[in-house]
Amino acid sequence: MNGTPFSQLGTLIRGSAVYRSIVRHGAAETNRNRSLVIFENLFLHVHPVKVREKTLKFSHTYWLGGITISALVVLIATGILLMFYYHPSVPQAYRDMKELKFVVDNGVFYRNLHRWAAHLMVLGALLHMGRVFYHRAYRPPRQFNWVIGVVLLLVTLLLSYTGYLLPWDQLAFWGVSVGTNMAKEAPILGPPLRFLMLGGNIVSENALLRFYVLHCVLLPAALFGFLGVHIWRVRKDGGVQGPPEPPTDDEVEP
Amino acid sequence: MSLPMPPLKVVESNDPVAVPKRVALVRPDARATLRRVEERWVMTYPNLILREVICFQVVVIVLAIIALLFNAPLEGLANPLETPNPSKAPWYFLGLQELLHYFPPVVAGVVFPGLVVVALVVIPYAKINLSARPLWSGNKARTRLLVGAAAAFLAAFFALFACWPIVIPTLLVGGAMFSVYGGGLDGRLRRFLVSVTLPEWIMTWFILVATVLTLIGTFFRGPGWSLVWPWNMYPPA
Repeated sequence: MNGTPFSQLGTLIRGSAVYRSIVRHGAAETNRNRSLVIFENLFLHVHPVKVREKTLKFSHTYWLGGITISALVVLIATGILLMFYYHPSVPQAYRDMKELKFVVDNGVFYRNLHRWAAHLMVLGALLHMGRVFYHRAYRPPRQFNWVIGVVLLLVTLLLSYTGYLLPWDQLAFWGVSVGTNMAKEAPILGPPLRFLMLGGNIVSENALLRFYVLHCVLLPAALFGFLGVHIWRVRKDGGVQGPPEPPTDDEVEP
Repeated sequence: MSLPMPPLKVVESNDPVAVPKRVALVRPDARATLRRVEERWVMTYPNLILREVICFQVVVIVLAIIALLFNAPLEGLANPLETPNPSKAPWYFLGLQELLHYFPPVVAGVVFPGLVVVALVVIPYAKINLSARPLWSGNKARTRLLVGAAAAFLAAFFALFACWPIVIPTLLVGGAMFSVYGGGLDGRLRRFLVSVTLPEWIMTWFILVATVLTLIGTFFRGPGWSLVWPWNMYPPA
């Protein structure tokens, strides 16, 4: 064996029987093994083994989808940590905010991170949608993936909105009151839908519990489902679609 | 393309060992454009995976810095008896709340957002989007009549409700659409503006309106939803 002690150790670990039983391919030094990195990994195989080089350019996507998903990962991680300290009841929910701020180690940091990541996710999804529109990336065969994207945007907004109530401060209470009063105005379905959402006629602790369950269980589950299909379809349709190219001579116009 | 296609014989087989010959049959209307281009391909690992890791790390670092510098807002305990003035929804709904100032609640809270969602869903199914022809590439007189009438109607409709935050962007976008008509403007700006398609004009109008309404609702609305300057806002936006 040659190389630094560090790389020797790496070679030793990668050669061991236990490591080879977990990761069944060798070091990613050849294109074959680089293929296997993607191919043999449940999570990475949302990607194809090869991608078109031009799709890696920043101006192709501005990484907006990636930024949105990154914010989602931050939200899941911080959200789980916050759940350890949070009670969806009145007035304990508000006291928990104070506990996070003054008692829990780094509590205020994780709450801040969760709040700002939520804004980033909404903003990222909106900008991503704009990017896809101006690049005309919704055109066949990607029409339905655009529709799934619209659903994902709505789920993202609902996630952000249900989370808005959870601190149970004045901002949360009246922000949600304003929004749910608008829902009341929908003909026929409006009032019963609002009653179902709030578990009553006003924003109360029933509403807090319902929003908590929606925020932590139902909406994330819906998001993961649609997100899985969204990303899978990107792969099926040949990868991300960047800006439309200027017409060439051999172009076939419909 | 001009050569007549030889007749195809389609043979279906259930023999699992047989290797089928593949024929790609592409209808011209199935894809927006077709090109024969040489594409360079690279391995996903490490080229794409590395970029994704970097993207995630940049997001985490930027968010961590913001989280260290700025605290998430937390006001007093919720009190149903004490309505703050103004009481505002989260920022992404403030465009709708601003509309509530001009329109009855059923229009601002149900009709407009419903129309927006429907419009977003039908985008990829509208034929005009798929052909993606610049606005003025067709029959100019007809386009002028239709686009002019639509812009004038929208401006007049929103002016009727004194909804100036929509009227002004409508007039601006309408003006931009007509600025290249009949040889107006020149140089790069003209080349860019003549290439814009009708759906792009509509989306730009929508984004402009949504941004203006959201900004006004967030930074310029105070007690009783009156207009205030951001620096006079209390509590600050």
